[in-house]
Amino acid sequence: MNFFNLIRIALRALQRNKLRAFLTMLGIIIGVGAVIAMVAIGQGSKQSIQDQLSSMGSNMITIRPNSNSTVGGGARLDATNLQTLKLEDVQAIERQAKFITAVSPQVSGRGQAISGALNWPTSIQGVAPNYLDIRDWELKDGVPFSDNDVKAASKVCLIGQTVVENLFSAGESPVGKTIRFNKIPFKVIGVLSEKGENAFGQDQDDIILAPYSTVQKRILAIPYIQNIYAAALDENSSAQATAEVSEILRTAHKLKATDDDDFTVRTQAELINTFSSTSQLLTVLLAAIAGISLVVGGIGIMNIMYVSVTERTKEIGLRMSIGARGIDILLQFLIEAILISITGGIIGIILGITASRLITVFLSWPTLVSESSIVLSFLVCTVTGVFFGYYPAVKASRLDPIEALRYE
Amino acid sequence: MNNSNNNNKILEIKELKREFRMGTEIVRALKGVSFDVSPGEFVTIMGSSGSGKTTLLNVLGCLDKPSDGTYLLDGVNIGQLSRDELARLRNRKIGFVFQAYNLLARTSALENVELPLFYNSALTASDRRERAIKALEAVKLAERLDHMPNQLSGGQQQRVAIARALVNEPVMILADEATGNLDTRTSYEIMALLQELNQNGKTIVFVTHEPDIAAFSSRTVMLRDGRVIKDSKNENIKSARQALADLPVTDDY
Ligand SMILES: Nc1ncnc2c1ncn2[C@@H]1O[C@H](COP(=O)(O)OP(=O)(O)OP(=O)(O)O)[C@@H](O)[C@H]1O
Ligand SMILES: [Mg+2]
Repeated sequence: MNFFNLIRIALRALQRNKLRAFLTMLGIIIGVGAVIAMVAIGQGSKQSIQDQLSSMGSNMITIRPNSNSTVGGGARLDATNLQTLKLEDVQAIERQAKFITAVSPQVSGRGQAISGALNWPTSIQGVAPNYLDIRDWELKDGVPFSDNDVKAASKVCLIGQTVVENLFSAGESPVGKTIRFNKIPFKVIGVLSEKGENAFGQDQDDIILAPYSTVQKRILAIPYIQNIYAAALDENSSAQATAEVSEILRTAHKLKATDDDDFTVRTQAELINTFSSTSQLLTVLLAAIAGISLVVGGIGIMNIMYVSVTERTKEIGLRMSIGARGIDILLQFLIEAILISITGGIIGIILGITASRLITVFLSWPTLVSESSIVLSFLVCTVTGVFFGYYPAVKASRLDPIEALRYE
Repeated sequence: MNNSNNNNKILEIKELKREFRMGTEIVRALKGVSFDVSPGEFVTIMGSSGSGKTTLLNVLGCLDKPSDGTYLLDGVNIGQLSRDELARLRNRKIGFVFQAYNLLARTSALENVELPLFYNSALTASDRRERAIKALEAVKLAERLDHMPNQLSGGQQQRVAIARALVNEPVMILADEATGNLDTRTSYEIMALLQELNQNGKTIVFVTHEPDIAAFSSRTVMLRDGRVIKDSKNENIKSARQALADLPVTDDY
């Protein structure tokens, strides 16, 4: 029996029952569509979290103070009030670390920024000039401050896009203007390029950057620093960099071997991994739910094929009487089932991709249609067709031609 | 009717028995039937209901195997063949015509006729079409190629079924009460068609209840209770075309 003939026979049988074939397909269409759209949502959110985290600087290492002992009556201090990190720590890291390319202290405070008649509550961060490199941050306009500005504790600053929008009228260039932060005048020497929200939903552009010495002395009046930011050589060396920084800081802080760290070292890579595995779980969960509907679709195929075999008993008897062998009948019904599921699969893929697009357009959820989900769901529905179509097809092929012909 | 002239026979059956087991009971539908059919014969098998006509025809058509006895079809002993080999034999050597036409619904006359050819991988699509059109021309339905069964009268449907039986150029046509669902006039039309095919050399075995239909054939085998009780040549074959002409023109029903 020629295989093309069988396909043609199956196609014609489906054409004779278009509506039923379509209804059977519907289960597969919805199943495959759901799998693709769900996985696209999961993958999309994973991708966007990763992008946002990388936008914070993918090699970045954050060092925060951490209380390793309780003070007084056992109360633990809030991290920003801890005073364990000092400029000497930054210098030690700068001198000794081999896996670190740049390091910057950081101090910050909140306050009111004023320019002319406009004012805006924002935060000021005191950092070293290479903080911009660590964060992969570029200037849109103007120049960065220099080491000399740090030495002199100059009242110069770089401002983020949100601050620009709130303190200056459209079209006005802030560079060269003077703004006041908590009544202290700062000369704007540069404008930061736009970064958008970070993974936690914070506006990264609502910020004023100034030399750390200026912020320490003129705004906060503190001798210590709050955080240290550093950049590892590359993403792969962040583990070595972390170990190295810990070692340097433990030595600098004269901690005994039994003491806990009085600081925490965090890498961006860790953060990315944490978030990725969470959203991976989400993807798997969504795909599992959608997969169930695919199985239900498959059972629908089996159901209809069984009904179809019973209903078409006479046709089967006739085909046998004019020379169809058992295998011909088996293959015909199997091919019908596979055609239904493959056609349903293709329509489902188109539907899933369309749905993903629409979700992005109308709900502005990020979606990412992955090739693997297309290939996988296509394979699954072919297997579904074979699996659920096989038993009805076997039943058809085993019919006795005489009894089948006599069936009413 | 002996073994020496095997090659001249389309079919030879000897002491053919068919028993059905119904629980503990055994129904003997055929209790030892023997006869031969030569090429070009038009045999009717007659007998009362339950005499075993359909059972016999099913065996002759290789849809069923005898419980005992031998059956040679075109010189081949079918007792030794597998299910698949029987299917092949049905496809190449036999054309069936059923009482209920058994056309596929929502399928054009042409496609219905093509159906047996799909199970013959030696043929191409254009071969199939060409042969199906030829068969439909032979049953005078060349103008109805694209009609669906529900757009055809009973007689026309049966003619499509006959075309389907002819299309694979079988060595014989087996018909089980092929006129059973048709009125007198249409029955005669079908018989006229079968007579024409027979005159062109087709061997036909035709099961019927009705003696006036049997009168159009060249030989009648009478069954009773699973045995042949009479097997006679018809000396005076009636012409179906003539019978058709003799029917009153305004035949009110
Ligand atoms: N599959 C079967 N199982 C059991 N008994 C059967 C089966 N097929 C036929 N028979 C029996 O065999 C006998 C012959 O049946 P068959 O159908 O051959 O009769 P028939 O001559 O064709 O009758 P009719 O003219 O009514 O069609 C009947 O007694 C019937 O009950
Ligand atoms: Mg019968």
